[in-house]
Amino acid sequence: MLHAISLGIVLYGTWLLFSGIYTPLLMGLGAASCLAVVGIAHRMDVVDREGHPIHLGWRAITYWMWLTIEIVKANIDVARRILDPKLPIDPVMVTLEASQGSELGQVIYANSITLTPGTVSIRVSENTILVHAIATALADDLKSGAMDRRVTAMEGPGPRRLEDMG
Amino acid sequence: MQILLDIASWLLLIAGSSFALIGAVGLIRFPDVYSRMHASGITDTLGAGLILAGLMVQGGLTLVTVKLILIMVFLLYTSPTSTYALANAAYSRGPQPLLGKRESETPSPVTPENEPS
Amino acid sequence: MFFAATLAILVTMALALTRALLGPTVYDRVLAVNTFGTKTVLLIALLGFLTERPDFLDIGLVYALINFIGTIAVLKLLKYGDLGTTGQQAERKP
Repeated sequence: MLHAISLGIVLYGTWLLFSGIYTPLLMGLGAASCLAVVGIAHRMDVVDREGHPIHLGWRAITYWMWLTIEIVKANIDVARRILDPKLPIDPVMVTLEASQGSELGQVIYANSITLTPGTVSIRVSENTILVHAIATALADDLKSGAMDRRVTAMEGPGPRRLEDMG
Repeated sequence: MQILLDIASWLLLIAGSSFALIGAVGLIRFPDVYSRMHASGITDTLGAGLILAGLMVQGGLTLVTVKLILIMVFLLYTSPTSTYALANAAYSRGPQPLLGKRESETPSPVTPENEPS
Repeated sequence: MFFAATLAILVTMALALTRALLGPTVYDRVLAVNTFGTKTVLLIALLGFLTERPDFLDIGLVYALINFIGTIAVLKLLKYGDLGTTGQQAERKP
């Protein structure tokens, strides 16, 4: 229920920001559309922790700030490789352990890897992620597990994998 | 004050444009589709982010800035998803990645059977 | 100064288009077209500022959505050869 209300508020906020015209007719139409969308989403059974992860809260914001710094650092590193006339790359493939409890956590981890230039996640299976990195140094950074630990910490305690909840 | 804002937005736009160009050069220079994904990652993250940030400084506290933020958030959420879909499709159906130093004459292809661990 | 950034984006798009024409595999082309689409969003936003018509931003937002769905659709067609099936059905078929 909490998720449905929060989804409705987010949708209506988006409507108000995009329309920019605040007449009763348009605001009423917006409310009707938002209710319809929340209703359809409820029937599709996608209004849950996975589709609308409000439980992450502030932890998600601090994680984003950390990730932004990492992205900037990785960008500069890869940009330097591109501009170097010798093109100093040595692509490697590594398999990483993902210690997240939930599928949502794994998706966040895999997407963070892809979002950081120089590393792309290629295949996500049970608890491992296959990663292609442009240089061994970047793969070693990931292997040290700093990002993995941060994603797990952000995910926080809560129900683990869906199949474990019975 | 307005001049300071203009300078800040100018710097952000220049930096963003440079990163977008560098990414495009990488798209041309890199040897295979997997390494090209990294180059396109540069234009998608820092290139787009800095240009949109530069425009936000120009927009000020208006609906324009809100829309720019939404464009940025949307790009940041969709670009890894489509890159993952591309990497996954290329890995299961397309060419295998070239590994090892680029100078080596015979790059070793990897098949799903002997994935490194 | 918007003009300079617009010019840089246009050059970026030309380079992406070059990659799309060069290939060599279809995945290179999809990657290049996806990059091209992301740059189009930026170009639309910049044009909005250049011509002082902020409504362009809405078009940019919609373009970002269409670009994403288009890329995913092309990749799905490449991987499964069919847009109608869900992932699980297609996995079973081989």
